[in-house]
Amino acid sequence: MAIACAAIALLAVLLAWPVPVVLARARWTTRSPAVALALWQAIALGGGLAMIGSLLGYGLLPTGLGLVEAVPVFAGALFAGPLPAAVGVTQGLALSAAVILGIHLLLNLARTAAVTERQRRRHRELVGLLSSPIPSQPGARMLDHPAPVAYCLPGVRTITVLSQGLIELLADDELEAVLAHERTHLRQQHHLVLLAFKAWNAALPWFPIANRAERSVAELVEMLADDEARRTVSGETLARAIKRVGSAWESPDASGTGYVPDAVAVQRRAERLEPGNRPLSPAARSAVLAGSAALALAPAIFMLGLL
Amino acid sequence: MDALWDASAPLTANELRDCLAERALAQTTMLTVLSRLEAKGFVAADGDRRPKRFSARRSRADHTAELMLEVLGSASDREAALARFVDTVTPREADTLRRLLG
Repeated sequence: MAIACAAIALLAVLLAWPVPVVLARARWTTRSPAVALALWQAIALGGGLAMIGSLLGYGLLPTGLGLVEAVPVFAGALFAGPLPAAVGVTQGLALSAAVILGIHLLLNLARTAAVTERQRRRHRELVGLLSSPIPSQPGARMLDHPAPVAYCLPGVRTITVLSQGLIELLADDELEAVLAHERTHLRQQHHLVLLAFKAWNAALPWFPIANRAERSVAELVEMLADDEARRTVSGETLARAIKRVGSAWESPDASGTGYVPDAVAVQRRAERLEPGNRPLSPAARSAVLAGSAALALAPAIFMLGLL
Repeated sequence: MDALWDASAPLTANELRDCLAERALAQTTMLTVLSRLEAKGFVAADGDRRPKRFSARRSRADHTAELMLEVLGSASDREAALARFVDTVTPREADTLRRLLG
């Protein structure tokens, strides 16, 4: 058990720092964004479980108690000691840290979800007041603003918002590509993945990696939506739309907002749509997926072992 | 709401209904909608005078700017976590990103 605990602690350290750093820099992720996203989610989930699990394991090891047996012992001792003799100060600290970390992560997820929901409702109301429906495209609305912007609002009644600037900028087939891209976000519920990583970032702001993970995931989600859109529109049209929207930000109308497009991301997304770029081989994809499953399952199995 | 934005002075519910004559709205509908907009902070009613006069709290451009900021804001301060077609950052963030990922 001690060896397993040490292994899980090592896994927690690896998943908290070096693994995400390597993955954020990896180039293969753009070839198969779906499996890369699965790996990111496994890292976040496995990392969190490994951190909590190794702390619990360390704290409980000398007592010989299982997690289920330990709960009444410790809950009883919380207000009217004494703790089991085998629990020293470090074990006590480790157990407290595990409980606090677990609660912290869950509360942050709940908080982020609530804040996001509130903002989205207000955003939806404003969009309802400020935009006009696009007759030819059900579920799409036009917002009167010169900057070229497209995004979607998930919910019971989903809305895709296109700015006036975007509609004027793009040809009909390119607009079709943008709409296909946004429909994928809505259909595949990408906002839930973004939300989970946003919460992770909010919960662990001192982990520089959480920020990088959120960025990478946001980019991969766009690429995944590109891949799905490519089933109905040509990759060439989609790449043209991406490049035109990216470069249109240099015009004075759009630059008035104080934002610039993420030029590196624009280039990466357009390049990968060029013919000749192949996704990872099925064998490589299976390997990444199997690795992802192992990363998420190993700490979960360890925690079950603690029961 | 559009009629209020286009009006130069605060309007009463009756005047507003005349602006929207082609929609043939009942007076009560008009007042319900206005009080809902007031509760949400989009519309302000002035003082105690009868009939009440309504005006938009903020201009259409202000609201649009607010929306755009929410949409364009960087990933780290953007709670709404929207998926944007082309990601945008502030120039400073762009430099940092290039350094980190370069």
